[in-house]
Parts: sequence; C-alpha cells; structure tokens
Amino acid sequence: MMGQGRLAAWGIGLAALVALPFVYRDPYHLHILVLILIWSFAYTSWSMMGRFGLVSLGHGGFMGIGAYVTALLWNHLGLSPWIGIPISMVAAGALALIVGYPCFRFRITGHYFVLVTLALSGIVLQVITATRDYTGGSLGYTPNRTSGNKLLALQFDDKTTWYLIALGIWLFGIVVWHWVDRSMARYALDAISEDEDAAAAAGVDVTAEKLKITLLSALMTALAGAIYCQYQMFITPDTVSGIAVSLQMVFAAIVGGLFVSLGPTVGAIITILLAETLRIGFGTKAVGWDNLVYGVLLVLFIIFLPKGILGSLLDRLKPQRKVPRAHEQEAVQIARPGT
Amino acid sequence: MLEVNGLVKRFGGFTAVNNVSFKVDEGEILGLIGPNGSGKSTIFNMLSGTLAPTSGSIVFAGHEIAGLAPHRIINSGIGRTFQIPRPFRRLTIFENVALAGFYGQGRHSRARAEEAAERSLAMVGLPTDRHASVDGLGAAGLKKLELAKALATAPKLLLADESLGGLDEAEMDQAADMLRNIRDELGITIIWVEHIMGVLMRVVDRVMVLDHGEKISEGLPSAVAGDPRVIEVYLGTDAETTQAAAAEARRRAGG
Repeated sequence: MMGQGRLAAWGIGLAALVALPFVYRDPYHLHILVLILIWSFAYTSWSMMGRFGLVSLGHGGFMGIGAYVTALLWNHLGLSPWIGIPISMVAAGALALIVGYPCFRFRITGHYFVLVTLALSGIVLQVITATRDYTGGSLGYTPNRTSGNKLLALQFDDKTTWYLIALGIWLFGIVVWHWVDRSMARYALDAISEDEDAAAAAGVDVTAEKLKITLLSALMTALAGAIYCQYQMFITPDTVSGIAVSLQMVFAAIVGGLFVSLGPTVGAIITILLAETLRIGFGTKAVGWDNLVYGVLLVLFIIFLPKGILGSLLDRLKPQRKVPRAHEQEAVQIARPGT
Repeated sequence: MLEVNGLVKRFGGFTAVNNVSFKVDEGEILGLIGPNGSGKSTIFNMLSGTLAPTSGSIVFAGHEIAGLAPHRIINSGIGRTFQIPRPFRRLTIFENVALAGFYGQGRHSRARAEEAAERSLAMVGLPTDRHASVDGLGAAGLKKLELAKALATAPKLLLADESLGGLDEAEMDQAADMLRNIRDELGITIIWVEHIMGVLMRVVDRVMVLDHGEKISEGLPSAVAGDPRVIEVYLGTDAETTQAAAAEARRRAGG
C-alpha cells in the first residue's frame, strides 16, 4: 500500500526531476543523468524477473537486439524507430519465448537456467560480430543522421529533450515494477520461486507465469537498448550486448537492491559513476577495470548485503513493523472470551 | 465422481503402482492406507497431476484427467495437500491462501480469491489477519495452512495426504473432526491418506489398503481392520502390536 506521504514524496521528487534540465544545463552532467536513467530502466527490466530467482545472463542479448534491429531497420529500410522499436521488441520477445518455453516446460531452473541464458547472450553477440557486413561488427554501428523530421527519426540534438525522454522511460519502468508488485502474479512468482510443485498444486500454471514475466522483462530490455542507441547514435556489441552487459545488469540490480523499486536505479547510479570515474581518472589505462570492480563488489554484496544498498537502508530506516506471529494471535483469541 | 481404472506407474524398472482400480462416490470419505512405499503418495501425485501415469485412466466428473497438467486438474475441482506442508514463506498466511483462491478456482478474480481465503482460514481455524507471517506457525498450524490452501481452490474432491503426521493425539482428533466437517458442511468428497490407522478408521466411510503398489483389500473400516491379509501385510510382523492395533481400530470404527 502506498501511503499519502509516500505518494507526495514521489510527486515532489518527480516534479524536481522534470524541472531540473530547465534550471541546470551543464551538458556533461545531463549526459550522465540520461545514461543513468536509461540504464536504470534496463536494470529495472532485468530485476522484473531477477527478483523471482529467474537470474538471466541473456539480457545483454535482448538489449542488443533492441539496439541493432532498430538501427538496422532505419539504415537499410528507412523504417522510422517509431516502427522499428516495436519490431525490435517483438523480435526480443520472440527470442525470449523460444528460449524460455523449453526451459520452463522442462524445469530448467537455478544454475542450469543461468547457463542457458548465458549462451543466449553469447550467441547474440556472435551473430552481431559475425554479420559485420551489416552490423559493422565489433567496430560498432551508427544510425544514419536524418536530414528530415527529427521527431520521426527519434533523433534530437539537445540534451534536455533526451533527458525528458529518458525520465519518462525510467518512470514507466518504475510504474510497471509497482504494477507487477501489487498483482496476483507477484504472489504466484514468489510461490514458484520457492516451490514449483506446491505452486502448481495451488492452481498456478507455472510455465505460463514464468513465460509472462520473462516476456515482459525482455520487451522492456529491448526498449532500453533501442533508446540507448537512439541517444548515443553509436553502438558496439560490447556496450549494448554480450555477457559483460548482462553481468553489469545483475551487478547493478543486486547492489542497488532487488526487492525495492528504486534498487536498480541506485545500482545504475553506482555503475555509471564508477565507470565515469575510472574513465576520467585513469583514462585508457583503466579499460575493463569497471568489470573487475563489479566482480569484487558483487561477491561482497551477495555475502554481506544480499538485499542491496537501498533494500538494506530501507530496512534500517523503517521501524520494524511488528507483525504479530500467528501463534501469538491464536493465544490472543483464546485468551479473549466470547470470540 | 472419481473412477480409476488399471492405474500403473513405473519408475524405470520399479513398479510403484501396479494396476490399481477404485471408485469414489460423491460425498464419501475414502481412507487410503498402506505401509511406507506402498504407493499411496504416488497415486495421489497421479490424481493431482504432479506425476503422469504410465498407463491407466482417471475419470473425474466424467472427464479423463490422467496426465493433465497439475493446474488444469486443480481447476477442474481436485484440491490436494502435501504430506510435508509446503507453505510459501515469502508470502503471508493470508497471501498463501489467497493465491490458491485466485489461481485454483480458475476464475482469476481477486475479490473472490480474498473471500475464499477468509472462508478457508476460518474453516481450519487460522487467523484471517492479512499480515501474519508463516514463520509463526508450528506443525499443527502448517497442516492447517496446507488444508486452507487446498480448500481455497474450491475443490469438489479433496486429496488429503497423511495430514496427521507429527501431531499429538488431541491435535489428531481435532484434525480428523475437521476433515469430517469439511465433508459434512461443504459437501466435499475426500480421499484421505494416512499412516495412523486408528483415527482414520473412526472417520472414513470406506478404506482401501495398498501394499507394494497393489490393492489388497477394500471395504468398510470394521471389515478391513479384521482382514487377515491386512493385519499380516500392513500391520507388520510384531503380533502383539498388530492385535492391539487391530482391536483399537475395530473399537474406534464401531464406536
């Protein structure tokens, strides 16, 4: 339940975020904020299924499909991103269903599921690199600059526009997160993550529920990839696809907090600031260092702070809501005569 | 209401259930007993769809359900409990039962699910408080929760799997009465799998005895308790305990 106070806090926070680019115009800082918002959305998309124990290392693949399919359709067929993005999302969704269905139908869970999705990431990366005649391979790919309508091409020069688009996308991700969190599907998925047979005995169609959340997560991740591509106007397999990107999603979501809506956002703030600090501080000497830091931090967090930074912080701040244990309640009822 | 014919389940070379046939009439409580490994739980798992039979047919309310996915069987009106309670610890007690009410009835209506949850929790005597955690429940409480989850799926046939293991005598009697109430008040037909023969004999209308995956006896509790094959196979070799248990069973069944 969202109280009045929390709703007001969200409202004020959002108003401040919308107003920000109109009073503060430093392009570099706005650039960082746009990146944080887009990646937050990608991490939130990952956490949609990650929070239910469906740990996917295939999301780099979905993000890559979102970015590359949109850009390829634009360059080769002249298809506007307004059509290209939905097509790329459908492509990522179809792939998610093709990989997800056999996994869920034949009960491939836990480590084995992680390995299957890892392979998915690798395959998408290989396909992008191998079809270098079209995708530019590991050198990267640039959508053609439009000479016509910028809105139709979804290409904007000013940072303020992009900031607002990214903010809208990010907010959309948070809203979807809350929508799932309050739905019966969340109960079902929590139940499935604990005990599939017992969930099935409660009438839950286990395969269908897992497929639905996987599909949602993949669609959103592809959207994140497409938006990232439109903003950066340059993509390489390593920045939007592949295992490194997948791992970065896992890292950010876990470090920020898997079970709170703003957890992945906190994760994005940390990953982006870390990457920027390393880039500015050490330059080309530090290429790949961020992955090293992610790895070490991930191990530390899983051991010492499994709820993530925001999750643990909220637990600390919130006075423990005293929930009467069931047996205490029974005792109360027995002690109360006439009930 | 339920008609099982020539049910067989093999795991590799091992035959867990061998050519078992039986019928359950509407409104009756059928007891299913047998020593460990006699195939009781395997039969339950096939009835509820957790396992697909190797061969044989299961006709429930006029429809063949053998081999259907568990959620379809649950939606068609069969509810089950597990031998060892399997609560969802990430959910509250109320959410556990509401989940079963939402998906189990096949209607996907939140209002109906919450209504079913309140009714089922009240029926088994658990608090309907929405925030109570599963962690506070003891063995008896977990069994009740298991039963409430099954009831929330609005079953016509309830498969109750060894629901009394781990309870003391008073709790056992209470649980047995609860099953009878469920039949009497809600009109739910029940198949009850149980190790503890005495309590079971008092409540059931008919008993079926399994041994090594085969049906060795079936009939009224008093008749089955006196069946020498049952005494020999089910109650084991220790003659004194056997006699005492059989006498106890007869006494309970008669009284």
